Amino acid sequence: MIQLDQLSVKLPGFRLHPISLTVEQGEFFVLLGPTGSGKTVILESIAGLVRISGGQVRVAGQDLTHLPPEQRQIGIVYQDNALFPHLTVMENIRYGLRYVSQDPEQADERVEHLIELLGLRHLVRRRPLNLSGGEKQRVCLARALSIHPSVLLLDEPLSALDPNFREDIRRVLKQLHAEFGITFMMVTHDFNEALYLADRIGIIRQGAMEQIGSAEDIFLRPDNPFVAEFVGMKNMFSGCIADGAFVFGGLHYPLPEQPAQPWTVLAVRPEDIILRRDPGFAGNIVHYPGVIEQIMPTGLGHEIGVRCLDARFRALLDRRTLQEQGFGEGDRVYLGFEAKVARLF
Amino acid sequence: MGSGPSVNGSPSAMTSEMASKRKVIFGSPFHVVAFACSTAVMLFIILPLLQMVAGPAPADLWETFKDREVLSSLWLSVYTAAIAALISFLVGTPLAYLLARRDFFGKKLVESIIDLPIVIPHPVVGIAILSLLGRGQPLGRILSSLGVRIMGSATGIIVVLTFVGLPFYLNAAKAGFESVPLRLEKVSRSLGAGPAATFCRVTFPLCWRHMLSGVIMCAARAVSEFGAVVIVAYHPMIAPVLMYERFTAYGLKYSQPVGVWLILVCLSLFLALRLVSLPIRGNHDPA
Repeated sequence: MIQLDQLSVKLPGFRLHPISLTVEQGEFFVLLGPTGSGKTVILESIAGLVRISGGQVRVAGQDLTHLPPEQRQIGIVYQDNALFPHLTVMENIRYGLRYVSQDPEQADERVEHLIELLGLRHLVRRRPLNLSGGEKQRVCLARALSIHPSVLLLDEPLSALDPNFREDIRRVLKQLHAEFGITFMMVTHDFNEALYLADRIGIIRQGAMEQIGSAEDIFLRPDNPFVAEFVGMKNMFSGCIADGAFVFGGLHYPLPEQPAQPWTVLAVRPEDIILRRDPGFAGNIVHYPGVIEQIMPTGLGHEIGVRCLDARFRALLDRRTLQEQGFGEGDRVYLGFEAKVARLF
Repeated sequence: MGSGPSVNGSPSAMTSEMASKRKVIFGSPFHVVAFACSTAVMLFIILPLLQMVAGPAPADLWETFKDREVLSSLWLSVYTAAIAALISFLVGTPLAYLLARRDFFGKKLVESIIDLPIVIPHPVVGIAILSLLGRGQPLGRILSSLGVRIMGSATGIIVVLTFVGLPFYLNAAKAGFESVPLRLEKVSRSLGAGPAATFCRVTFPLCWRHMLSGVIMCAARAVSEFGAVVIVAYHPMIAPVLMYERFTAYGLKYSQPVGVWLILVCLSLFLALRLVSLPIRGNHDPA
């Protein structure tokens, strides 16, 4: 269990606002935020690798705030470049063993188990230089886990990898978490990774925590426009409330109830948007007439730009639907979404 | 999972790079100019040295070598330079590490101060050291009451050589420490190694070549010093001073052999050290 209590850090040009956070024993917690938001600083202050200017760090109930990093027994895995280049893979993995008080036989067993589990057997005599990105990251994981850490910190462990290795290591992480049952805390800027791995997610921006919640919570019910945009709500419109409706870009979105506060932003996920040639929407669906402006392939599907008066929506359609419907640029369509999927801020 | 993509990618990349290099070789005006300039630079460095080494007759060389005065001056040159390099290494390493790893107020100033000995004219260095440690000065009097003589002693020579050589070691060692990613040290700490163990197991093994080349450069600079030494300690004579004395008293012919011996001693010394600092081949990856 990790408890951060009013943790704050001051660095030249950066400031981490007092952050309080509890990560449960055995949880996979993901800190999500754009580059430069202070994610790495939080990890390094848990590991004792940056000087903190205030607050408390507790792991498993023990106050670590003033302990040097070598006495914390917390594993850390960095994005890249963190293997000792002058040592072999085996020497890298066994680097920390001499500092951990454990039975040497047990330690050997543990190392062997890790090597087997991570498929490193054929690499143990090699030096890290010519390993692939995925292999390097496996060695880093083995090295960090060899010291029997109570917490494993992961700093963007997937970001520097090719897409095919990324998926592989992502699976490995999930497997290791299940196998060892220790607390994982990972930092990333990729929402998909977070969604796949995390039990809970914390969203951070410019050194301040924006929202903490389960993956589903954050995905479906972001607290503010920043989080909404970060989790892929690409349709964000500013507007105002008038006559029981939210007015944006000349369109009216009927409010289901009395506004709780003076909302100014409406957000909808692009994959929640439905396009039809006729206005025959069933159920409680808000819809507007519009024109398709642009169709862009995005790999998995197509992003469709639709203009309805002054509002430009972006919808996500899979290839088959697009072919069946035969949409083309310049077509007149009706655009709709379920009233309950829209978020107001 | 395998090392396939990264390994397969490199050979083709290398051949295309080699092909593009080969294209440049033939005939562009740029290449002609570059070739002419490179040749001129090489000759400019090699010719005078070659002429000097080839100048004295072998008999003269042998004669000089038997000259006790020459031998002792060569020896003095070598060991004072070596001690200066050793002092730079001992005192300079922590400072170089500090400069490479920490940001602090006034760091730029400290770095400028370190470079000062490089830009100050050599005789001025000698005068400056004498004006601090000379017999008439307070600090000099304290030293001499402790039995330490600066003027006209090997101690004085070592002080001067350390003064002029230190920046070269500091800068090389600092560059070495900077070449070791900070993250490696952080990981080492997180794995349980304290600061000292981290330095011995990670930092030093990765940057000792930089440090050694810093020691070599420091010693090289020290051996070649003349202007400052001649002011602080004309006697005992280091090799450059002896050469100068023979040149002014007897002329070119008598100073040349001493110069040749100095060159040979330095070259063999530095060649040996360079060889030590070469990476051992085939030690990188047995696979």
